[in-house]
Amino acid sequence: MKVTGAEIFCESLRHEGVKTVFGLPGGVVLKIFDVLCQRKDIDLVLTRHEQGAAHMAEGYAKATGKAGVVLVTSGPGMTNIVTGLADAYMDSVPLVAFTGQVSTDLIGNDAFQEADNVGISRPCTKHNVLVKNVNDLAQIIKEAFYIACSGRPGPVLVDIPKDVSTAKAEFKYPDKVNLRGYNPTVGGNKNQIKQAAEEIMKAKKPIVYVGGGAVFSDAADEIRELAEITQIPVTMTLMGLGSFPGTHPLSLGMLGMHGAYCTNMAMHHADLLIAVGARFDDRVTGKLSEFCPEARVVHIDIDPTSIKKTFHAHIPIVGDVKAVLRQLNVILRSMDGNPAQIKAARAPWIEQIRDWQKAHPLTYKQDDKTIKPQYVIERLYDLTKHEAIVSTDVGQHQMFAAQYFKGSQSRTWLTSGGLGTMGFGFPAAIGAQIAYPERQVLCITSEGSFQMNLQEMVVASERKLPVKIVLLNNGVHGMVRQWQDLFYEGRYSASLLGKMPDFVKLAEAYGILGLRALTPSEVEPVLQAGLGHKGPVLMDIHTDPYENCYPMIPAGGAQHEMMLEDPPELKLAKKGGGHKRKLDEGEGVLPA
Amino acid sequence: MKGKAFFLPDEPFRMEHIISILVENKFGVLARVAGLFSARGYNIESLSVAPTLDPTTSMITIVTVGDDRIIEQIMKQLNKVVEVLKVIDLTETHFLDRETALIKVHTKPEHRDEAIRLADIFRAKIVDSSASTYTIEITGDVEKVEAMINMLKPLGIKELIRTGRIAISRETTHTASPRREPALLKS
Repeated sequence: MKVTGAEIFCESLRHEGVKTVFGLPGGVVLKIFDVLCQRKDIDLVLTRHEQGAAHMAEGYAKATGKAGVVLVTSGPGMTNIVTGLADAYMDSVPLVAFTGQVSTDLIGNDAFQEADNVGISRPCTKHNVLVKNVNDLAQIIKEAFYIACSGRPGPVLVDIPKDVSTAKAEFKYPDKVNLRGYNPTVGGNKNQIKQAAEEIMKAKKPIVYVGGGAVFSDAADEIRELAEITQIPVTMTLMGLGSFPGTHPLSLGMLGMHGAYCTNMAMHHADLLIAVGARFDDRVTGKLSEFCPEARVVHIDIDPTSIKKTFHAHIPIVGDVKAVLRQLNVILRSMDGNPAQIKAARAPWIEQIRDWQKAHPLTYKQDDKTIKPQYVIERLYDLTKHEAIVSTDVGQHQMFAAQYFKGSQSRTWLTSGGLGTMGFGFPAAIGAQIAYPERQVLCITSEGSFQMNLQEMVVASERKLPVKIVLLNNGVHGMVRQWQDLFYEGRYSASLLGKMPDFVKLAEAYGILGLRALTPSEVEPVLQAGLGHKGPVLMDIHTDPYENCYPMIPAGGAQHEMMLEDPPELKLAKKGGGHKRKLDEGEGVLPA
Repeated sequence: MKGKAFFLPDEPFRMEHIISILVENKFGVLARVAGLFSARGYNIESLSVAPTLDPTTSMITIVTVGDDRIIEQIMKQLNKVVEVLKVIDLTETHFLDRETALIKVHTKPEHRDEAIRLADIFRAKIVDSSASTYTIEITGDVEKVEAMINMLKPLGIKELIRTGRIAISRETTHTASPRREPALLKS
């Protein structure tokens, strides 16, 4: 029996195990939405903006490891998800985006709501296809999911013209993909792995540097095993957080631009760097010519282009991180069996790192009048018993969260790393909450980022999703303001947000509980009330607008040359009263 | 060995490479390949595309310039494209390359003999003629084509069109040993 393209679409999703689709309807996808609403097995989450749909799907995918699915219309529907696609591409998030397209006979005619979806998305997708014939639809969908989720994951866009969704074809879901040009390497080269093991046994000052690849490969157990049998300290990139418990004695937390002092010093002095699913991003390396000057480099990554792209690798291993680490751990265990011996051999290195840690721990000055953002994150970390799924936006609050919220599990840390997309955090939290209705999901955000996608509060409200929005409201684009203070002589060009909405009233307008904390003593009660509330909550916490995030490697600086506190001239400016905030509600920050 | 970033001034030795890319013969593939070059700031010196014996595949020949690190990235990035089936850097082997040019030259009466002589010397053909022009077809490696163009310049070139280079590996007894680790490349 022949069925329509729209029915083929829905059936294909069912075969792929898709339960949730994030999207928004429009002219050319009406047929698909019509079929979708008659089915009970797929839940359509109606977002209020397509960008929200894309980020929700990302949050869903990051939290579950399964592909997030987006369904939007042609033209503006598609262009609105471009940011989400680019974000997913940078952070290797498996996403399958279905976009509507005008009928095939109208393509190229500048038809109403026509855009070159495939052309626009080409540089920000792993793969994309225009479906020209309904008979190809099922095969293309099968391949889209396969490509999105295998190898180095990424977004795939499938463009479905209106007439393809209404045309009829026999439906049979293919059982295999037919992609002769796509065959990611999984198992690593045995010789290379053996060499890596030898390097590890020889090294005096080794360090494991874990990136987002470890999260997508579910390699947490293997990393832990590697660290424990070899007693090698582990540092994580922003994307890798959670893949090794932040509370583990061998954890050095995050490295890079805002990484801890001891972590970057350890990197700088290491004699062996074991890079696991990481890509030597500029926010990690700082000045490349002075990055890890003494280290031999073992680089494990499923994507061959990540290897030797920016930094050399002495022992490149192309393969799935989990599979390679398993092979590596087997060799390591057979090489040296005495844990006490290994521990003793590693002691001077660990001791050295501890000394750096003691010299300059992560710290901030508590204040009794203004709320320090770090304090809020610390309290939040304690109150949630370290178990929540945390989604963040982009900026200072993100870095504070990365420093002070020590995730213990993979897939509990959802953040926009590569693209640095403000507006990512809140929809991503909704996506994660939909995937895990029973778990506690926090969205740590700030007034700047939150306002970029706040319309999705409706989704949290109507679905009673208990997302806890912790809004660190300092009235400024904090990271921009920090750079302006440090490198632009304090000229706050467009970083002071001025007029601010009343976030509590805003939350209430959307049917969400709004709470506010203005002084440090109000933080704890507000957090407790918010976390204890059954439904969605927005906690508007007014934090110090002039708090800076340290340590900091200035852009282009070497990793061991960190700024640890405000430079003297900035301290002086702050003392002079230039930096004062008017705490009146809704007033934001007044310039000096 | 001390760690070192790649871009340090002492090294980069930029060299011309001819890269053959076997791709699925589907629409949009060329755009993806070309887009990859422009997005990452790599050069395309010349480009030619045509179907192969198997009508489901096409061969793209790209001439590009870069140091070893850039060429390695180009090869890997190309391999990553889903519709790319095979990537070969012909510069690492023995190969033949050819280009065809069609050159329309002005021929004043006193120059017509000279044009014919030049075409003869270069084993080129005159494929069209008018009262005041000859159109000359020449095929050869890039040096030969350029030498011909230079010789014709004094006569006055009215129009010139070049195909871009195509290349094929030689079936010789010995080939240069590959310089790259095969483990990193798609086979």
